[in-house]
Amino acid sequence: MLKKRIIPCLDIKDGETVKGVNFVDIRSAGDPIELAKRYVLEGADELVFLDITATVEGRKTFVQLVEQIAHEINIPFTVGGGISSVSDAAALVKAGADKVSINSAAVRRPELVKEIADEFGSQFVVVAIDAGLVDDEWKVFVKGGREATSINVFVWGKKVEELGAGEILLTSMQNDGTKAGFALELTGKLADDLNIPIIASGGAGNRAHFAEVFEKTNATAALAASVFHFGEIPIPSLKEFLNDQSIEVRR
Amino acid sequence: MIAIVKYNAGNIRSVKNALDRMDVASVITDDPTELKSAEKVIFPGVGEAGTAMSYLRERGLDEIIIGLDQPFLGICLGMQLMCSHSEEKDTKCLGIFKEKVKKFPAKGIVPHMGWNNFNEVKGPLFDGIEVSDNMYFVHSYYAELGEDTVGETDYLVPFTSALQKNNFYGVQFHPEKSADVGQRLLRNFLQL
Repeated sequence: MLKKRIIPCLDIKDGETVKGVNFVDIRSAGDPIELAKRYVLEGADELVFLDITATVEGRKTFVQLVEQIAHEINIPFTVGGGISSVSDAAALVKAGADKVSINSAAVRRPELVKEIADEFGSQFVVVAIDAGLVDDEWKVFVKGGREATSINVFVWGKKVEELGAGEILLTSMQNDGTKAGFALELTGKLADDLNIPIIASGGAGNRAHFAEVFEKTNATAALAASVFHFGEIPIPSLKEFLNDQSIEVRR
Repeated sequence: MIAIVKYNAGNIRSVKNALDRMDVASVITDDPTELKSAEKVIFPGVGEAGTAMSYLRERGLDEIIIGLDQPFLGICLGMQLMCSHSEEKDTKCLGIFKEKVKKFPAKGIVPHMGWNNFNEVKGPLFDGIEVSDNMYFVHSYYAELGEDTVGETDYLVPFTSALQKNNFYGVQFHPEKSADVGQRLLRNFLQL
């Protein structure tokens, strides 16, 4: 049986992990490779590396880092942040990324999804959707969740699926950082509307939140950052908990 | 030396990375002499069957692959190309295995993406690997069950996750991305 995936997300700036890393036995908490290896040992099913660097130099460092990750890590990983053209994606795929995640650039120019899918295959393309409530309607947000657009999340989801997205990373801006649980209605509806895998993100605060999103929606994966980085939810204990709730995970 | 077949498919490098991690020397090549003289050959790849087959035929790599007699391992698209036919762009494939490649039914989530285990495994590739062990899959087409099937997995339908005929082996999943258990399978292949 296909297992539900647990995915830690690491923010990278100038080649180093940013904030929120609190593993006592890691020498350099800022070293993404060491942190990634730790997550692999703990049983993470995939990893996501988001480049939050804004400079050209920082971008180059990130591509070099991706090459290093591909050498050292033996599970699949996605990279994202600032990808706005096929050549941006090509550099990361060539460096060894298994998937690239695109967000604002796809909203600006939806054809980018198709271009990258045509060039590398749909399985390389993750479209990240930041969703926020505006007048009781789920709208797509851009620029790291700071700016609302007029685009309806469900209409957008259907469109990127048609354009060739292989997977959707859905983050609820309403839930992100609250530790009050995932956005169940939003996630459930999008997962039912579409035929591609949905990764739920935003709001994880305890182990029961993960169980809930897998029981109540058809999301096939759940992503979180700080609860993993700070060791609040160790991945082995999360997987044991999910297994006890009869949710199939890789152990 | 292990040869990795160079062609127009993605993710070939990730197999070399996996061999590097195991301290096994390998070369990515499409040179017929190098392929024929290699101790073992790996045929990886992610991509689309039609374009991949045209590329192999234009360069005569199809005939070379069929004629190899050392242990040969196809991974993901590589395994599908070793079958007789693929529904993807209605493509005639290498025909090493009789099985046909079909598209997953539209009733479920496609691609089949993530970690999955087996209903059944047999043969030397799975030495020390249990049916409950998970491998990483990502694919929208699958090989039907048949006489060459040595690994069976369930997703929407029961399908072939591994094939073997003589010196030819194929796996649908990505051992190079399947953590320690994937490395175990690669090690088994290298020890054939």
